[in-house]
Amino acid sequence: MIADGSTSETLSLDDLHASVGVRSGRKHVLSILVENKPGVLTRVAGLFTRRGFNIDTLAVGPTDDDAISRITLTVDGALHPIDQVTKQLHKLVNVLKIRDLEPGDSLARELALFKVTVDGAQRAEVMQICDVFRGKVVDVSKESVIFEVTGTTEKITAFDEMLKPFGLVEMMRTGEIAIARGRDAT
Amino acid sequence: MRAVDAIMECLKAEGVEVVFGLPGGANLPTYDALVDSEIRHILVRHEAGGGHAAEGYAKATGKVGVAFGTSGPGATNLVTPIVDAMMDSVPVVFMTGQIRSDLLGTDGFQEADTIGITMPGVKHSFMVTDAEDIPRTIHEAFYIARSGRPGPVVVDIPVDVSRAEINYVPVTEVSLPGYQPNIDGNAKQIRQAAKALAAAKRPVLYVGGGVVLGDASEELRALVASDRFPVTSTLMGLGSFPSEGTQWLGMLGMHGTRTANYSMDQADLICAIGARFDDRITGKLDEFAPHAKFIHIDVDPAEISKNVPAHIPIVGDVKSILPHLTSEYRALGADSARLDDWLAQIASWKKEFPLTYNDTDDSEIRPQYMVEAVYEATGGNAIICSDVGQHQMWTAQYYHFPEPRRWINSGGLGTMGFGLPAAMGAKVGCPDQDVVLIAGDGSIQMNIQELAACSQEGIDVKVLIMNNGCLGMVRQWQELFWEQRYSHVDMGDFPDYVKLAEAYGATGIRLTDKSTLVDDIRAAIATPGPVVVDVRVTEEENVYPMISPGMPARDMVG
Repeated sequence: MIADGSTSETLSLDDLHASVGVRSGRKHVLSILVENKPGVLTRVAGLFTRRGFNIDTLAVGPTDDDAISRITLTVDGALHPIDQVTKQLHKLVNVLKIRDLEPGDSLARELALFKVTVDGAQRAEVMQICDVFRGKVVDVSKESVIFEVTGTTEKITAFDEMLKPFGLVEMMRTGEIAIARGRDAT
Repeated sequence: MRAVDAIMECLKAEGVEVVFGLPGGANLPTYDALVDSEIRHILVRHEAGGGHAAEGYAKATGKVGVAFGTSGPGATNLVTPIVDAMMDSVPVVFMTGQIRSDLLGTDGFQEADTIGITMPGVKHSFMVTDAEDIPRTIHEAFYIARSGRPGPVVVDIPVDVSRAEINYVPVTEVSLPGYQPNIDGNAKQIRQAAKALAAAKRPVLYVGGGVVLGDASEELRALVASDRFPVTSTLMGLGSFPSEGTQWLGMLGMHGTRTANYSMDQADLICAIGARFDDRITGKLDEFAPHAKFIHIDVDPAEISKNVPAHIPIVGDVKSILPHLTSEYRALGADSARLDDWLAQIASWKKEFPLTYNDTDDSEIRPQYMVEAVYEATGGNAIICSDVGQHQMWTAQYYHFPEPRRWINSGGLGTMGFGLPAAMGAKVGCPDQDVVLIAGDGSIQMNIQELAACSQEGIDVKVLIMNNGCLGMVRQWQELFWEQRYSHVDMGDFPDYVKLAEAYGATGIRLTDKSTLVDDIRAAIATPGPVVVDVRVTEEENVYPMISPGMPARDMVG
């Protein structure tokens, strides 16, 4: 190596490392701003199908700008290299911004509704469980109760586990939405 | 102004000289506007022919191709060319008619969900619902098709929208907030790449179709000339570097040369330029280039580390990156002698493993010889198109492409039937050049109807059918991997291509004698008008060498 004679000019191939394409092994929450146009959700969902990526949860809603919607989706980073997922998403012309929210730097919440058939003594017991999870009773009939719970995916899964022995009829979950902590916008 | 007249204004502003298409109910307004337009229209006989012709035009000229089709079946017939253009990054704008807005979703006559059907295979697509949006949409479509990594864009316009009157204001610039292709590579990374090249003792430049698409052949040659770097190319990159000389390794991959594949296998540094590590290149991925570090230059960030992790990724336009890389490399003043052993090794591979085939003394035409004869007859100066199959691989192996945009074929999708319409489009785009299609007897029949368009429009393509009477590549795989249990590969002696050519108003010729083949091909190419030459070649001939599917490159057979 000649150049200007400084050692910083040289490079050994052994020092080169490839750091991309690795699987993180954890859940990723992608917050995606898209143009609010027909077919955009289909393009995002279709991309996942075509590339063989799995969407674990998906939530779509408006933002404070009518021209822009937000898609929040969760992907398992153990199954897919997340940088490949985001790079493919970026290629969609209608995708404006993607943020891969770090668990420590963001808050994620999900809403779920649970319908349980319970009577008499059991009813009091499930109400107590609901209290522990800071849930709400939103409907009561002679034979059933509907609970509303918000929280992290883990909390809702835990509540689901607790209710199962009590004749859980059905459950509805929205999929996570998430927001960055601190003063800057997500 | 009528919206459709505005469409013509927009196409003119985009520099469109020619459109390939076929009219129908839902694009009647657009066709009415063509009557008074200066834009040439080639009436194809099948929309797929129009789509591939637009691709051939784009590949030969570097300009954006344009194809028109009506709604429903017109649009679904365009699906193959759309996906083909996506796989090979060909800039084409497909404009389809759609049924009336008030009928959308009612299963109306000739209704198909064009946007939905084509969505997985487009770079982008637009459904225009307001006629006032037409001009802006068309310019956006062209901008997206040609910029960054080029690709197909679909513009679907319901017939009532295209019939509207609009207040036409020429559009001078487009703004797409979600689409900003990266052009300039990161300077630090380019510097790092130059240092890696200077440190490498066994480097290989692995170039792909991106160098052709990015018009960066000159820039590539300058980089190669900055030292004695060996160069190999993918099928799609052929011609970006001259297929001759000591630094040329030949094509790599499944039917590449042993020299190219062994060089990749032994390299300590591979610099991928506009190439995407396709499975036909890597063979068994886990054992691909086991000793190499990778520099990966590509305009599409999603290609970086998609299949093979890059050590030095550089995202941007090759045409802008390569000169920087070359000057950074030159500034390092690397000692070229470090490459002596490597180049000696390569020279010995080239000597030991040249491309060969068994020729015989009789008059039978070996398919490989046919390609050599075409090379000799054209002096390497024609635009060569091909279909898909054995003839395509032999052409890639035995025709020595000197320049980019002289080799037009369907690489990624491997579309049989691509060749004839693509040759037609190439000839329309480059009327002063000889355009020769080397087709297979299987492929040619998939879009042979375009001979009518060639005859009617006086499009002077020379079609050389490498006729072995069977679906040769499938036959080869059945022979090698399916215990010679030949299943439905025999095409018989149908049709009679000489008569068929004459029926289409072209000249038909049959050639069976090797001894006069070069002169006969030369004479056929010199014959005015479209010419179809039925060249009878050996049936049971295989494309070698070959990386068997799922095997590493070092285990080439044949």
